[in-house]
Amino acid sequence: MDLSKINRKNLGVNIGIPLALLIIVGLLPLYGWDYGVTLFSNFLLYIILTVSWVIFSGVTGYISLATAAFYGLGIYAAAIYFPLNGHALPLIVIILIAAAVSFVVAFIVGAITLRLRGIYFAMFTFGLVLLVKEVIYYWEIVIQGTRGRMVALESNNAVFYYLLGICVIAMLVSYFIRRSKYGLALQSIGENEEAAAHIGVNVTMTKIVTFAISTAFMGAAGVIMATKNTYVDPGTAFDPMISFSPALMAIFGGTGNVWGPAIGAVFFSYVQELLQTGSLKDYYKLIFGAMLIGTILYLPTGLTGLIQKLWKRFKGEKSAPIRG
Amino acid sequence: MHLLEGEKLTINFGGLIAVNNVDFYVDEKEILGLIGPNGAGKTTLFNLISATFKPKSGTIRFKGKDITGMSTYKVCRLGIARTFQTVKTFSNMSVLSNVRLAALFGAPVKLSEAQATKDALELLEFVGLSKNVNSPARDLTLGNQKRLEVARALATRPELLLLDELMAGLTHTEVAEAMEDILQIRSEKGITIIMIEHVMKAIMNVCDRIIVLNYGKKIAEGTPAEIVNSPTVIEVYLGEQSNAGNK
Repeated sequence: MDLSKINRKNLGVNIGIPLALLIIVGLLPLYGWDYGVTLFSNFLLYIILTVSWVIFSGVTGYISLATAAFYGLGIYAAAIYFPLNGHALPLIVIILIAAAVSFVVAFIVGAITLRLRGIYFAMFTFGLVLLVKEVIYYWEIVIQGTRGRMVALESNNAVFYYLLGICVIAMLVSYFIRRSKYGLALQSIGENEEAAAHIGVNVTMTKIVTFAISTAFMGAAGVIMATKNTYVDPGTAFDPMISFSPALMAIFGGTGNVWGPAIGAVFFSYVQELLQTGSLKDYYKLIFGAMLIGTILYLPTGLTGLIQKLWKRFKGEKSAPIRG
Repeated sequence: MHLLEGEKLTINFGGLIAVNNVDFYVDEKEILGLIGPNGAGKTTLFNLISATFKPKSGTIRFKGKDITGMSTYKVCRLGIARTFQTVKTFSNMSVLSNVRLAALFGAPVKLSEAQATKDALELLEFVGLSKNVNSPARDLTLGNQKRLEVARALATRPELLLLDELMAGLTHTEVAEAMEDILQIRSEKGITIIMIEHVMKAIMNVCDRIIVLNYGKKIAEGTPAEIVNSPTVIEVYLGEQSNAGNK
């Protein structure tokens, strides 16, 4: 096996293509296509949520439905520190605060719940969304005596660039975790937790820290989206669809590599956009659901898994893709 | 000082006492056999030693150090490795990754990525899986998956290796090879072994000493010759017509 050749080829794929994509997307606001900036901001948001969800859940198989809880915490960080009237902190500081709060909350929640498995973990994490939402309702109405807040507006271009920055960092973190020995350890936890512990993997700590890292990006994304939507209340901040969408997008795109979740996110958010604005808007959730069932039944490794399989078949290799 | 020593180990699952007041020890470079009928508590005893479960009472000492109640991964890093009765390979990972991972996380000293790969390749050669390095673990035959589990356990550089029914489901030829491998692990690597086994030919030929469990209790202990002639053991386990030990 000629290792140097493979490395050089991978270098082109791993650095060249992403860099070209980044430049093309990064120059988008200069084209004067306002709808495009809004559309791509939406893509970026879902890429961030999906890629960060996959960092933990995609690899270990612990399906987290807590995305909306951390995204909502981010939104509230913006509501408090970036208000329409009054003193606002710099946005970058608020992003860091939201990421840190998400990390700490996820760390504590993870320490308590990550011994739950399968459907129990999924249900608990979904319960967390409702819990945080109710706590904030209580704090708003009973303690603050308010309901709903206004957030200062950021320009579309600024929102776009902040999201692009967070997206790039999320993808880099995802890529480096996947490539590191901890990525391998996470995968072994997903395959057989007991065996992983018996070969020296600190299963509990690996799970908790990875879960916490993944949620930091969700919190950060929430801050930016609050400055785009400007009005915040717990009902909109903790929208359950924000929990379900990344899981669905990841499954559709395939969790076996870094690109799958991103492709799934772009594809689904575009379909969502088309269905919601077109003549089929009454049926959009129905069509969405049908596509998902189809994906789970016929594309268990997602879109990228299918492409890899076809590519291997085309090249005449019979073995299915390995993830290690 | 014994390498590993268990004192009055007891664990129950609800009303079932799976291991009941068991004392045992294993000395350095010894091969200890653990036999007994199904449900006698053999695997549970392994689970106590390797810290899958914490005993209700009793202590376990490894090289004189009390390891009772320690986390699983720490016990592994201290030098106790195991295989599983039903294979638990990481089936979607390559054979090499399975073993490299164990070298990276389970060794008592921190290994570099290059050293871990080197260790893994050597061990795969040792167990005879050099040809399968890049295939996913799920594509291996049962016999080869068991070899992979042994290589993975050895990659953590253990001093004590626990083999849980390594030979169950293997063909005659594979059993003979496995017996040789076990002796080689001791002679070449100086590793102490405790093995649970139902294949009597193997246990009688390989082990220095045997412990017999029944309903969670130790009912006999001794050399293979003593065990095959023990009336208690014949009654509860081997049966009247036993021809255990015959080649």
